[in-house]
Amino acid sequence: MASQLEGSLAVARTVARCRPQVVCAYPITPQTHIVEALSRLVGSGELAPCEFVNVESEFAAMSVAIGASATGARAYTATASQGLLFMAEALFNASGLGLPIVMTVANRAIGAPINIWNDHSDAMALRDCGWLQLYATSSQEAADMHVQAFRLAERCSLPVMVCMDGFVLTHAFEPLEVPDAAAVDSYLPPFQPRQVLDPLDPVTIGAMVGPEAFTEVRYLAHAKQLEALDEIPALAQEFEAGFGRASGGLLSGYRCEGADTIVVALGSVLGTLEEVVDERREQGAAIGAVAIKSFRPFPSAELRAALSGGRRVVVLERAFSVGVGGIVSGDVHAALSGLGLPLHTVVAGLGGRAITRRSLHAMLDELDGDRLGELHFLELDREVVERELTRGRDHARPGPHAENILRELGVVGAGPV
Amino acid sequence: MSTRFYQTGTFAIGNRLLEPAEASAQADPDRANSLTKGHRACQGCGEALGARYALDAAVRATGGRVIAANATGCLEVFSTPFPESSWRLPWIHSLFGNAPAVATGIAAALRAQGRTGTRVVAQGGDGGTVDIGLGCLSGMFERGDDVLYICYDNEAYMNTGVQRSAATPHAARTATTEPVGRQTGNPFGQGKNLPLIAMAHEIPYVATATVAELRDLERKVARAMELRGPRYLHVLVPCPLGWGSDPAQTIAVARLAKETGLFPVFEAEEGRMTGVSPIRRLLPVEDYLRTQRRYAHLFGDPGHPETVARLQREANRNIERFGLLAEPGEDGEPGRRGDLLEILETDGGERG
Amino acid sequence: MFEVRIHGRGGQGVVTAAELLALAAFEDGLQAQAFPSFGSERMGAPVTAFCRIDDAPIRRREPIAEPDAVVVQDPTLLHHVDVFGGVRDGGFILVNSSRDADALGLGELLERHGPTRLLTVPASEIARARLGRPIPNAALLGGLVALTEIVSPGSLERAISQRFNGAAAANNARAAHDAHVQAAAQLARRAAPARTDG
Repeated sequence: MASQLEGSLAVARTVARCRPQVVCAYPITPQTHIVEALSRLVGSGELAPCEFVNVESEFAAMSVAIGASATGARAYTATASQGLLFMAEALFNASGLGLPIVMTVANRAIGAPINIWNDHSDAMALRDCGWLQLYATSSQEAADMHVQAFRLAERCSLPVMVCMDGFVLTHAFEPLEVPDAAAVDSYLPPFQPRQVLDPLDPVTIGAMVGPEAFTEVRYLAHAKQLEALDEIPALAQEFEAGFGRASGGLLSGYRCEGADTIVVALGSVLGTLEEVVDERREQGAAIGAVAIKSFRPFPSAELRAALSGGRRVVVLERAFSVGVGGIVSGDVHAALSGLGLPLHTVVAGLGGRAITRRSLHAMLDELDGDRLGELHFLELDREVVERELTRGRDHARPGPHAENILRELGVVGAGPV
Repeated sequence: MSTRFYQTGTFAIGNRLLEPAEASAQADPDRANSLTKGHRACQGCGEALGARYALDAAVRATGGRVIAANATGCLEVFSTPFPESSWRLPWIHSLFGNAPAVATGIAAALRAQGRTGTRVVAQGGDGGTVDIGLGCLSGMFERGDDVLYICYDNEAYMNTGVQRSAATPHAARTATTEPVGRQTGNPFGQGKNLPLIAMAHEIPYVATATVAELRDLERKVARAMELRGPRYLHVLVPCPLGWGSDPAQTIAVARLAKETGLFPVFEAEEGRMTGVSPIRRLLPVEDYLRTQRRYAHLFGDPGHPETVARLQREANRNIERFGLLAEPGEDGEPGRRGDLLEILETDGGERG
Repeated sequence: MFEVRIHGRGGQGVVTAAELLALAAFEDGLQAQAFPSFGSERMGAPVTAFCRIDDAPIRRREPIAEPDAVVVQDPTLLHHVDVFGGVRDGGFILVNSSRDADALGLGELLERHGPTRLLTVPASEIARARLGRPIPNAALLGGLVALTEIVSPGSLERAISQRFNGAAAANNARAAHDAHVQAAAQLARRAAPARTDG
C-alpha cells in the first residue's frame, strides 16, 4: 500500500524492516532525515532489538559498523559527500575484511568549494574501495534496493553502498510503498555471519598479509564482486516475485528496441530522461535510455548486449575525473571495446545544477547536428570560465575562483560589505 | 583490601602464600595465555609484558568472555605476523585511529544480541590513543560505552621507527625530535595528559599503571571489569629499542619513572581520585633519565643541566598535584583524594 | 500534468504547503510529487517549493520552470524575486495579500491572465483569526483549490488532518475553508458581469 512519503522516510522504514541490530550515524546533509527517522524508530521500540549509536564522526560510524558486523550483528549506516570521504580508510577496511555492512549514500557533491547539493562525485570517488555500489533511479527503487542489499551483502560477504540522489530523491515527497514486513522477513533471513568474534571459538581478524599472499586475497574480493553479477539479477527477480514490482538488477533499458542513439545514465536523472526519450520518439527519433543500477560490479557483458544494437552512445554523468574526463564512460568504453560505437561523454548536474528536459533536448539536438564532441560539459558557461582564466593570467593575486564567479553572477556584491 | 608486595627486580614474592584467586593470573598453570608465546616482540618489550598481564586478568575476571579490538601498532604487528596469530581470544584489528569506535560497535552488537556477560577490551599504543584515536576515544567516553580501553604508552610511534607522539615526554630524543643544533629533543609544551583528559569525561574508572607493578596492573584490570561503562587504563611500557634502555632492565626503568615522580600511578572514579600508589623511595629524575639513550644528550659536556632541572621541576609538580608522597589518610589508604580541578589547581612551584 | 510553484520565506510553511497539496492530490487518487528548492534555509530567506500533480506516475525531476500555477505566500517577495518567471499563458496566480492586484503593482499581470486566473486572498489575516498566528500556507491552499480546482476541498481537509494534530488540524482546516469561501466569492463576482446582462 503506497502513501505519500518523503524518500528518506521510506528508506528509513524499509531499513528498519530489514532488522538491523546496530545503526550508527553521524549527521550530514542530505542524509539527516534517514538517520533521524531511524533514531525515532529505535527510540519508540518499533525497531528492536537495535542499538542506535550516535557517533562523533563518519570515520567512527563506519568503525562502529565494522565492530558490530564482526560481532555478528547486522549493521547499517548512512552518509554523503565529505562524510563518505572521511570514512574512506574504514571503507577499504570493511570491504577488505569482508563485512556485510549496508550503507545509504545520499549522493552529494564534494568540496572545495563546499556544496550541499546532488551529484555523484562522492560515491564515484570511492568506486574502487571494494564495496558493491547500487544506484537507485527513484525513491521507490532506493527503498527496495536496501532489502536486496542486505541479502546481497550477506550472501557475498561484501559491504554494499546504496546510492540515492541527495535532495532530489531523499527530500522528494511522493507516493511510496514501504515493503511489507512479513515479505521482508521472508526475503531476508537473520544474519548468519561467515566470521564472528566469539569467546567460545576465538578467531583473529585483521592480521597483516605480506607480498606472498596479498595479491590472492585482493583478487578474491574481485572474484566475489564478479560473482555478484549473477547474484544481483537473481535477487532482483526474487524481489519482484515477492513484492510485485521490478527494482534493482544490473541495469534496465527504456525503449532501446531499434534505438540508434542510446543514453546511459545512473540515478534519478533517468526519470527526466525517460520523458525526453518519449518526446523525441514522438518526433520520430530512434532513441532509448539505459539505467545502470549496479555500478560495482560493472555489468560489462549486459551493457554491451544492451548497447550493441545502437549506432552511438551518450554517457550522461554526474561526476567527472579531473584531468581526463568521464568516469562511467571509461567503464562503458571498455565494455564496448571492439564494437566501434561512437561514444560521447556528457558531464551534467554537478553540484546540484538541475538536469532539465530542455537541457537534455539541447544536448541531443547538438548530437544530431554532429556538434556534441567526445567530452561535453552540459550548460557550462564558457564565457564565465574564460573571463576567470583571463583574470588568473592578468593578475598576480586574482582571488578565489568561487568568489569571482559568484560576483559575476551577481550572487555576491561587488565591493566590501 | 588488596595485598601489595614490594617488588625488586623481576622477583615477585608472595604468590605461593596467597589463595589462588588472589595470586597473579600468571601463576596459574591453566592461565588463559591470551597473548601466547611465539609473537615477535623485541627482547624486553614492556608492551608485550603489560598486554599479557592485562588481558589474562581481564579473561580471569570475566570467566573467559572477552573480545578485544586492537589498534594498529607494535602490539598488533608483533602479535599477528602472517600467517600466525598469538591471540587466543577473539581479536580484531581494524585501523590505526578507530580501536575505540570498533570496540563501541562490538559492545553495541553484544547489547543488541542480549549477550551482557561478554565484555570488550580495546587496546592501542600511545600514538593510536592520544593522537589519531583521540576523537573516537572521547566519543566512546562521552556515550558511556561499556568498553575497557587500555593504552600501552611507550611514549612514541615505535612501530614505525620511533617518531614523536603527543605522549612523548619533554626533552626526549625521537626520530622527529632529534637534539640537533639548539634543539634539546622533544620541545616543552602543554603535552596531552590522557589520564586527566579521561577523568575530565568523568567516566567510571581511570587508572595508570606500570609494568614495574604487575600485580597492581592486574588488580586495576580486575577492578575495571567489576564496573560497567567506559573505563581507561594507561600503562607505562618502556621500549628498550626506542628508549635506548637495557632490555633486561625494562621493569626497573618503569619503576624509576614512578619513583622519580615523572609517572604518577593513581586511580580515579567519575573524575575523582580514589587512590595513589605512593613513591616508596624518592629518587632524582636524573637516575631515571640516565638509563635511556633518548636522554643522553642532556648529559655529558656540557649537556643541558637546565633541561634536567626543568624535568625535575615537572616531577616535583606531579608529586605535589597527585600527592605521590602524601602520608596515608586516617582510613589507612595512601595518598590524596581530589577531583580533576583540584589536581589542576595545585601548582607544585614554578612551572618548567 | 499540473505544476504548482509556491514562493515564500523560511518559516512560513512553504514546504508544508507543497506537501499538503501533494497529500490532497493523493487523497483524490492522483499522483503527486512535492519537493523544496533545497538550500541552506534560514528563517526569513526566500524559499520555493514545487508540487506536480498528474493522473500518471510522474517521472521528471527538475524544478518547475513553467508553472501552471504560482502561489506567493509573502508579498514582500513580489518585486524582489522573480516569482512569476515562466508562468504559463492562462496560468493561475494566487497572492497572499489583503490588497488587490493593482495595489500590489500586478495590474499588467492581471490583464494578461484575466480576472478568473489571478486572485489575492488575505491568508495571513485569515490564519491569524483561526490559528492565532499568521502562518498562511493552509489558508492559501484553500484559495488555490477554489481558483484551480486541482484537488477537492474534502481532500485538502483530509490532508490537513493527516499532517496536523488536534487543534492545529481543526484550525488550519477552518482557515483553508474561510479562504476557499472568500476566493470562490471573488471568482463568482468576477464571472458574474458577463452572465448577468439581460
